Amino acid sequence: MGGRAPNRVDAGRAIEAVWRIESARVVGGLARIVHDVGWAEDLAQDALLAALEQWPQSGIPDNPGAWLMATAKHRAIDQLRRRQMAERRHDELGRRQERERSTSEVDLAAAADDDIGDDMLSLLFATCHPMLSAQARAALTLRLFGGLTTPEIARAFLVSEATVAQRVVRAKRTLAEARVPLEVPTGTELAPRLASVLEVIYLIFNEGYSATAGEDWMRPALCEDALRVGRILAQLLPAEPEVHGLVALMEIQASRSRARVGPNGEPVLLLDQDRSRWDRVLIRRGLQALARAEQLGMLGPYALQAAIAACHARAVTADQTDWGRIVALYDALAQISPSPVVELNRAVAVSMAYGPEAALELVDRLVDDNALGDYHLLPSVRADLLARLGRVDEARAELERAVTLTQNESERRMLHQRSADLE
Amino acid sequence: MRFMMIMIPAVSEEDWPSDPAEMAELPEFTAMGKYNDELNKAGVLLALDGLQPSSKGARVAFAGGKPSVTDGPFTEAKEVIGGYWLIQARSKEEAVEWASRCPANDGDVIEVRQVFEMSDFDGAA
Repeated sequence: MGGRAPNRVDAGRAIEAVWRIESARVVGGLARIVHDVGWAEDLAQDALLAALEQWPQSGIPDNPGAWLMATAKHRAIDQLRRRQMAERRHDELGRRQERERSTSEVDLAAAADDDIGDDMLSLLFATCHPMLSAQARAALTLRLFGGLTTPEIARAFLVSEATVAQRVVRAKRTLAEARVPLEVPTGTELAPRLASVLEVIYLIFNEGYSATAGEDWMRPALCEDALRVGRILAQLLPAEPEVHGLVALMEIQASRSRARVGPNGEPVLLLDQDRSRWDRVLIRRGLQALARAEQLGMLGPYALQAAIAACHARAVTADQTDWGRIVALYDALAQISPSPVVELNRAVAVSMAYGPEAALELVDRLVDDNALGDYHLLPSVRADLLARLGRVDEARAELERAVTLTQNESERRMLHQRSADLE
Repeated sequence: MRFMMIMIPAVSEEDWPSDPAEMAELPEFTAMGKYNDELNKAGVLLALDGLQPSSKGARVAFAGGKPSVTDGPFTEAKEVIGGYWLIQARSKEEAVEWASRCPANDGDVIEVRQVFEMSDFDGAA
């Protein structure tokens, strides 16, 4: 049985790559058999260890996923049988175990390979369960579904490996103790549970998007990880418009990553970016995903944000931006997902479409409401509007106020620069 | 990270069907379709294209500061490119693993090359 010999010194990295590709499927399939995410992962990890021992000699099998699955299932059946025997012994001693599901109910024969999609979905809904903290959901999802290692997750989130390991262990225990069923939520359950999944994916994406130039490459790589999970989910739940909406938003935002940073590492605002650096492959993918969302009906918050991003993506130069359309999209977003930040962004769009006076009215209302508190972008936007209206002294005062409200060095530099430019 | 997987097929010019309808009937076509679907379902496929046969193409060669054009087929060429995939992967090993899973024919070669990020050039600024 000649397998593919890993032709490089570090066979471990080749096998790690296989793991990343197969993890979600293998863990998902096992979880269906043993009804427990933690147990499934242990079995999958055991199979991975076996692979690391055997494949350097025997070569990578033609179907590595099937090999891992078969190896893990074998162990699962072994362990299940031992548990059944232990249970019988307990029954004989008159001690009744309180188990919601006894191992004899587990359909060992149902370890069939069809319904892989369902297994992967069930796994993802479990790792993104709302009872877990956002950080726990992210770590668990990246580990079990994304196939990342603990050190990789630690580097990406700037925490210690021990912290990640702890988050994963506690999350698995929480799910087990709560006896979370491994299934795809249906009916009225689906919407909130799906919202939780999308929230995790976008959290991972934003963690990557916020990484600054020069940081560990595994941080911005989180954008790719989030996109990968999102694209997989879009295949598994093709009828859900917000899934396509989120994927569209991420593809288009990611398309700008090469243009967001200047030669000295300073951030470049969207309207000032060199659009030739925008990745057209990702823009195309984003627009396609957005079209799928639009075909499925009313646009939700992610799809609306994607549609706004798409307006920018379609503009060859900044002054070709369809600001009127952006205002309309913000109007819709303010209806279904209102927030002071949305109002502020809407005001900026209004200023571009209809002039600074109309926008200043909206911004002044936000100031009066005090809903944005010490958010430095509020005085920053107000300054821009005042400057455009020729009210230079007031603009300068607002910029000075904005500086006091942010700790971010590059933000402060930009604000100082704008103040200097007001002369 | 991104990688380009460049297909360098074994098949010679005469054996290539130039008609897409004919191509679609080859058993390799369905297997390749399934493979492309796997790449897509795994969330790693960014783009792909098949190239029309070199007999319909042209080569622009440069010598003495001047370009010269030769129309296909390129009988002297040892390797002719059939198409490419652009994929996302966390490592070269992962890209190689994907390439290894391609239902290619004996004699086919897939070259795997990492794509430069724009930021790779910025360091020089």
